[in-house]
Formats: sequence, C-alpha cells, structure tokens
Amino acid sequence: MPSSWRRRGVGRKADSLFAIFAGLCGVLILLVLAYMVISTTGTALPVFGSQGISFITSSEWSPSKGQFGSLAFIYGTLITSAIALVIAVPLSLGVSLFLTEYSPKRLKGPVGYAVDLLAAVPSVIYGLWGVFILLPLFLQPAADFLAKYLGFIPMFKGPASGLSYFGAGVILAVMITPIITSLCREVFETVPGADRHAAYALGATKWEMIRQAVLPRGRAGIVGATMLGLGRALGETIAVALLIGSSVRLDASIVRPGYSMAAVIANQFQEATGDHIRALVGIGVVLFALTIIINMGARALVWRFNRA
Amino acid sequence: MEVQQGVSETLETTCAATRVEERWAGGRVGRGASLKDCRPTRRRIWRNRRNTALVVLAVGLTMIPVVMILYQITAKGITTMDWEFLTSSMPFSFRREGGGFLNGLVGTAIMVGLASAVSIPLGVLAAVYLVEYGKKNWLAKLIRFFSDVMTGVPSVFVGLFVYTALVIQFGFGALMGAASLAIIMMPIIVRSTEEMLKLVPNELKDASYALGAAKWQTIVKVILPSAAPGITTGVMLAVARAAGETAPLILTALGSYQLTGKLWGEPMSALTLAIFDGARNPFAAGQARAWAGALELLIIVLVFTMVARVVVSRSRISR
Repeated sequence: MPSSWRRRGVGRKADSLFAIFAGLCGVLILLVLAYMVISTTGTALPVFGSQGISFITSSEWSPSKGQFGSLAFIYGTLITSAIALVIAVPLSLGVSLFLTEYSPKRLKGPVGYAVDLLAAVPSVIYGLWGVFILLPLFLQPAADFLAKYLGFIPMFKGPASGLSYFGAGVILAVMITPIITSLCREVFETVPGADRHAAYALGATKWEMIRQAVLPRGRAGIVGATMLGLGRALGETIAVALLIGSSVRLDASIVRPGYSMAAVIANQFQEATGDHIRALVGIGVVLFALTIIINMGARALVWRFNRA
Repeated sequence: MEVQQGVSETLETTCAATRVEERWAGGRVGRGASLKDCRPTRRRIWRNRRNTALVVLAVGLTMIPVVMILYQITAKGITTMDWEFLTSSMPFSFRREGGGFLNGLVGTAIMVGLASAVSIPLGVLAAVYLVEYGKKNWLAKLIRFFSDVMTGVPSVFVGLFVYTALVIQFGFGALMGAASLAIIMMPIIVRSTEEMLKLVPNELKDASYALGAAKWQTIVKVILPSAAPGITTGVMLAVARAAGETAPLILTALGSYQLTGKLWGEPMSALTLAIFDGARNPFAAGQARAWAGALELLIIVLVFTMVARVVVSRSRISR
C-alpha cells in the first residue's frame, strides 16, 4: 500500500470532492436534456406563434408563402412506422421464438450474430442499399402489385411508386426487427423451465406450450419491445429520407410518395432560411414530444415487467 | 392456514388442467375416455407444424437482408475501393471518376474522437455516481430515468438542438458535430457502465476498504479496473453508433468536399455525409464512391462491434 494512501484528512476531502464531481456529471445529463427542450422550443416559438394550432392540423406546406402546416409529415411518420411494425413484430416474434425455443444449438450462435449485425449497420447504409438494390428488386414490383390488385381500396390506390410510404416502411421494418428481436429474446429467456415442463406434462404440443406458457409471461415485455421499436422508427431519418419519395402532399395511399417529420428536416434543412428553418425546428420539437411519450410508456412497461 | 391455501391452490391447478385437457383432446376427456384418447387431435398437430414452419419462415426472411447487405456492399464497394480511394479527397464534381472519401474519413475520426474524449469520462463518472453514491435516492432515479429517455431521443433532434444552441452563433464545424455525437454517446455509456459497475463483487470493495483505502481510491484503483472490460464494451458500441450517425451531422458539420483540420468556422465532412450525398446524386461515378464509402464505414463499425464482443467475452466479471 502506497504511503500516500495513509495520510488522513486528504482522503476525506478528496472523497467528498470526488462524490460531488461524479454527481455533477450525472446532473449534466439532466441539464443537457432540459436545455435541449428550451433551446429548440425557443427557436421554434415564433413559428408556433404565427401558425397556431394549424402547425399540426394543416397540411399546407409552402415556405415561400410562409405557410407551415406539418400534418402531412406527422401522417407520414405515423403511417411509415405503422407499416414497419406490421412487418417487423411478427418477424421479430418468429426469430426470437426460434432462438429461444426451436433452434438447434449449432444455429443459435450464427442466427443471433446475424441479427446483431443487422442492428449494427448504420442507417445511411440501409438507405443506400434500399435505393439502389431493394427499390428495383422488390419495392417497385411490390408497390405495383399492391396498386394493381388492391388498388380499389383507397389505401393502395396507384399510380404506384417504390419511393413511397410503403418503401420507407419496409426499410424501417428491416431496421427495427433486430431491436424488437433482442428484447423479446431476453423476455422469453426469463420464462422458467418448470412452466414449459408443466405445459408439456399436460400433453401440450410445442406450439401450445409457447402459446400458454411462454407468450403470456412475456406479454408486457413484448409490448414494451414493440414500443421501443416504434420509438426508433419514428425518429429514423436518413434511410427514410432516401426512400420516402419527398413529396410534401398528404396522400392517403401508402404506395404514393410522401414525407416523414425526420426526413423533411434532413432534406430541406440545407436550402432553408429564416422562418423555414424555425418551422423545421418546430417539426423537430413535435417529433421529440411524440418519441418521448412513446419511450416513457415503453420504459414503464419494461420496468414493470422486470420487477414482476 | 398455509396448508389450506396449498390445497386450494392444488385444486385450482387441477381444475385448470382439466379444462385445458378437455380443450386439447377435443372434448374427449370430459366424457370419461381413457388416457390414450388424450393424444393430440389432428388439428392440433397440424397447427403445431404450421406454426413451426412460420417461425422458420420468419428467420429465413430476416436472414435475407443480412446476406444481401453484406454481399452487395462488399461486391459493389470493392470495385471502387483502392489505394487512391483511401488516400484522396472527393473531386469537386460527382460526374468525375476517381478520388475518394479521405476528407470524410478524417472528419469522422476527428469528430468521433472529440466526442469520445468528452463523453467517455463524463459518462463513466456519472455511472459511478449512480452506482456508488446515488444508489436509490431521488436524484439517481431521475438521472437513470432521463438517460434512458435520452437514448430514445431521435438523433436528428439532437442535431437540431446543437444547431439552435451553437451553430446559429458559431457557424458549422467539427466542434459542433462532435458536440451532437457526444450527446448521443453519453447516455449509452452511462447505462452500460452502470450495469457493469453493479457486477463488481462487494468482497472486492470490502477488501479495499479493509486495507484503509478511501472511497475514491477504491473506485479509481479497484472498482473501475475490474469493470474495465465491460465498460470498454459499452464504449465501443457507443463509438460504433456515433461513427454511423448521419442526421445530426447534416445539421451541425454540414459536410464539405475538402479535407480540413480546422475544428470550427469551416464545415467538415464525415464518411456518412459523403455516402448520403453519393446516394442522392444521379451520376454513376458519385454512386460508385458511395458504395466504396459504405464498405469502408461498414468495416469500421463492424470492427468496433466485434472488438466489443471479444472484450466482454474475455471479462472475468460477467453476468
């Protein structure tokens, strides 16, 4: 033991200093978050003031006329996230059940690694891949197919474009599947072996065992995982900006081009000035509020699940 | 009392079991049939097989993008990837062939480096506060909750924040880009470091205190070193995440064609920004560079992710 350790007094003072310093680092997080809200809201305030409630209820977006209604973008964000969830949740449940219940030992590692790898790929690479590979190969044909055979429903009305809500939703689904999968997997792994054996002992088939022992136990966790995936999908920017088609019009059909909140910020920011920038910051504030609500709900659910 | 409760529980379980059996065996058990009639009905067997097939199908569908992305990024990137690409900056027109993303690579390195230099010490110290000092008091709970919230904040919003707080006054630059990346990295580091510090056994701390060490000495010389591999893992993942961020950099570093070392007053490029520009432009030469850049970025991100995994598997303290 170094002799300096034994000096009294110095240690005591250093101790409380260290504690205060560490505490300050923690408080810094709170301060940054608070300042984030204040600074952005403050910048957007003039636009909130001049547009009033029509900022979120109008879909009239023409910066040259000073009209900033972001309803079309809010709609775009919600519809692309919904499409992503519809595709990603069943896939994630399937993959996580495979990893916990079905997979032979040899496959568990590689499949798990592959899913983690999908989570590590940056969103700009998804965007690049989506635009140049997935668009001609799958998105455009699939959009054409939907418009041709289901076009009588307003939701799928043509003329179809691969660069659309649908295209952005598909790429989002690929991006959030690994997130939902890894959380669901953790949840399913906490189901006690005794529950499974009990179900088998009652004569259940494998699926009935999953239905009645695994899934009910993980319900809160599955909902929480889905909401975390949703939170990620709402805020995803670059891949969506490349694939959503960049149209400021609100279109009910999912195979038509549109815009999401994050995408419009990324795409219009570089040529925006004055009130246009303030309006984009305002969209950011709305997006922030939306994701915070979703995330807090998800955390509350996951926490409740962890405690139970 | 307890026995009674136990009996009633058993009774309940038996009843539940009977109800379940009735359903599973297609109602035959209820009519007093023998045990061998309890074998699954054809419909149950079919449903079991169908769902197994669906699960396998889901895995197959999920593996398609993994294989496609890995293969196509490699195949398309490798054709443009050469020494020139790694060591020269972008030409001033997307139409021109040749040149590379050195400006982006340097920009990413500078900004991620600066962001790490700030967010790693701050994040680790905040985690130390949570585990060793705050524990379960209101402040620690608040910090824990809001750093969770912060991991879910869209990165584009972080960019907007830095734009309104710094860029409007000081202009675009590497420092502003680094600030946004630091804000993204910090909550990730806090939460992962906290998990690792919790795993340090109490015996180790007690031994240190028994030797007469003060609390800060115990933290610096015992707790942090023994949790180091786990902390490194979290840090690596945060670095990988920061290196792959694009949206906040559009609003803070802006991007540039030139190689620059100036930290402020001048826009700076990043690998992700260069790829984004390449993906948006209609010229073959620019797109080819974007693919090579994607390969470069993917390798960097995957190396960090893999190193993180290796480090954690070598750690002596684990879950």
